[in-house]
Order: sequence, then structure tokens, then C-alpha cells
Amino acid sequence: MNWLQILILLMVAGFGLAVVLTRDPLHLAVVASFYGILLGIMFFLFQAPDVALSQITIGALALPLMVLLALAKIRRTERSR
Amino acid sequence: MKPAARLTLFGVAAATFAAVVGGAAAEIRPNGWYADFVNRVTVPERQITDAVTAVNFDIRGFDTLGEEFIMFASVLGVALLLRRQRDEWNGPPLDRARGRGVPAPSDAIRILTVALVGPVVLFGIYVVVHGQATPGGGFQGGVVLATAPLLIYLAGEYGSLVRLAPRWLVESAEAIGAGGYAVIGAIGMLRSERFLENWLPLGKAGDVFSGGTVALIDLTVGLEVAGGFIVLLLLFLEETLVRRDPA
Amino acid sequence: MSWLPYAVAIWLFVVGLYGIVTSRHLVHLIICLSVLQSSTYVLLLGIGFRVGAAAPVFVDIPPGTPAVDPVVQALMLTDVVVEVTVTALLLALAVQAHERTGKLDPNQLGIMRG
Repeated sequence: MNWLQILILLMVAGFGLAVVLTRDPLHLAVVASFYGILLGIMFFLFQAPDVALSQITIGALALPLMVLLALAKIRRTERSR
Repeated sequence: MKPAARLTLFGVAAATFAAVVGGAAAEIRPNGWYADFVNRVTVPERQITDAVTAVNFDIRGFDTLGEEFIMFASVLGVALLLRRQRDEWNGPPLDRARGRGVPAPSDAIRILTVALVGPVVLFGIYVVVHGQATPGGGFQGGVVLATAPLLIYLAGEYGSLVRLAPRWLVESAEAIGAGGYAVIGAIGMLRSERFLENWLPLGKAGDVFSGGTVALIDLTVGLEVAGGFIVLLLLFLEETLVRRDPA
Repeated sequence: MSWLPYAVAIWLFVVGLYGIVTSRHLVHLIICLSVLQSSTYVLLLGIGFRVGAAAPVFVDIPPGTPAVDPVVQALMLTDVVVEVTVTALLLALAVQAHERTGKLDPNQLGIMRG
């Protein structure tokens, strides 16, 4: 394994810890989006282009989008209570 | 359970897990004869140059049918959970409500998103159709296609999204995609008593229409995945912007 | 260094589980579940990887050159797409739970009343 693959694996491990330690949900959406992009880069560097294609769109776009929409609904419900 | 007790239980479980899995991982000798066999066999036998698509839709096509229906079922579950309850009612979408000063999106965002919609749709169709030759396929292209209505929502408002991608159209696209996969398999069964058999002419490796039924299955799965994601987006947006609770 | 993917997979699993155990917000719990799921991707990647091999796409290279395991990649591919729809289902559950009970802390959710 060359140094690029070792580096991306260590970054993924570090960012997994960062995602868990972020408590505020709004910050969590952005950190999770970056974690998804990192995973996509890791798939690409490990010679898996098909998986990288789906992971980049999903991890960076679809997941944080749904988190943000759920948070907006929760905030609206709290405000109207 | 008290938090301290829960944490100690977690610590014991995590240590045991790490020890057992670490010990197992130290003894792994990946054999890989099946992988070598698949890599050697896809081009001469099935005329598909992308081995991952061949494994997904041809060699292990039955498993992919199950996974696709998992996705269909969870979209159905979200639609069930976010339906309009008896004491809720639908109002005008919040970004047009009276007395609420939502600023219109800036001109830069509007120009950029409207200019990007065409290339994104074209790229999505390209990735779906070329699944047999280059990295791509139904799942990847469907996901790329599903971001196009999201760009339209960013450029405008909720009303324009609903007018351009109405719910009945997207739901029927998703249903046709999901059912089409099973129908293709059933046609194979009618012809020769083997479900999901490859019953179209195989073509030449590297072409767009190679691989027989894999080309057809790519299209149906792309339709289903794109439809599923757009339905999810519409459901969440409707719940956030349109649904009103009893006061 | 070929043990590194397995170590990272174990680390991500333990970290995700720690996040679930000590979570105090339902949305944070759901994202930690997706971190847990990404540990299986790293594990599968480590199993299928061959040093010095190419991607399993034979458009430019003749079939027969050493390539990475495609079966494992097919597993990961469908898993990635299905994971996000299941996460959407869990988020819809969290939204409805908050609407019915008004609480988002999993420790305080308590017994369901029908």
C-alpha cells in the first residue's frame, strides 16, 4: 500500500471520531458531508470507481440534505409549541 | 440503566469485540479464486467490460433484486410515516406564506443552478446507459439523476419543484423501475425456466448495448433509484414546508 | 501495512458504538449509526484489495491482468445506496417521535403509549 492510501485511511479514522464527538446537529450535518467525501476519495484510491461514484453523491448530498430537512421540521414543531 | 453502568458495559463489549475481530483479522488469508474466476470470465462469456456491473446484474442478479426492493420498501416506509395525520392540515408552502420575509435566492445561485441542470441530467443518463462498458450502472446514474430536481428547488421555490416533478409522475417511474426488474426476470423464466436468465443477444464487448439483459436492467434500476430519491426529497419537503400542526 | 484497513474498521465500529451509547440527541444517534455502517465498507475494502492491481474494468486493459476483487465491490455498491434510504426512514421516525412526545433525548423517551 502506498503512502496515499495509508494517509486516507488515517484521515477516515480521525474524521469518524470527529463525527461522533460533534454534538450540535447543525454542525453534524456539515461534518458528516465532509466525512462522506473522504470516504468517496478512499474508495477511489483503493481502485473501486463504481462505489466512489455512488458514495460521493450520496454521502455529500443526500444524507446531509435529509438531516437538514429533519432538523428544520423539528425546529418548526418546537417553535409552534 | 445508569450512565456509568452503561459505559462500563460498553467498555467490556468493545474490548471483547476488538480482541475477537483483531484475532480473526490476523489470520485472514483472502483466497480470491472466485474473484479471479469472475475477472477472467466476464469479457469472453458475457461481453461486459465492467466486472462490477456484471456481478451486480448478471452473475448475482438475484441478490440485487432483493437489495432494490429493500430500497423500495424503505421509501414506502417513509411515505407511511410522513403521511398527513387526521389532526394535521396542509397549508400554502412556507416560503410563500404571508408575513414571512424569505429572501429570494440570489442571482448567482439561480444562474448557476439553472445552467447546471442540463449537464447533470445528461451526465446521469450517460452513467446509467454506459454501465456495461465503463464504471457506472443503474445505481450510480440514478443517484446522479436524482440531484437534478434538487437544483431546481435551490433555484426557485417549492411550487416550481412540485410543478416540474409532480408526485404521481415520480411514483409511477419508481414503480415501473422496480417492477420492470422482476418482469425481466420472469420473462427469462418463461423462456427457459431460469429466473433472470440473459435472454437478449449479447453484442460486442465495449459497446453500449452489450451484455444482453444487463443493458435493460441498468435502465430500470436507474429509473427506480432516481424515482426513489426524488420521492424521498418530495416527502421531506412536504412535511417541512406544507404540513401544519393543530395550533 | 496490510493490517491497517482491519484496524481502521475495528476503530470505526467501536467509535460509532460509543457515539450511540452516549448520545443525547436522536439525529446524532442516527449519524453515528451511519459511521458504524461505514466501518463495514472499510472492512470489505481491505478484504478485496490486492497490492499493485488495477480496477476491475477491462475497457483499456486486456482481460486477464490482475484486478481487484469485483464481488466485494458489488456488495458495497448496493449497500451504499440502501444505507441512505434506511437513514431517511430513521429520520422520519425521529421527526414523528418528536412530534408526538416533544422530546429528542433517547434517555427520556420512555414508554410508548398507543
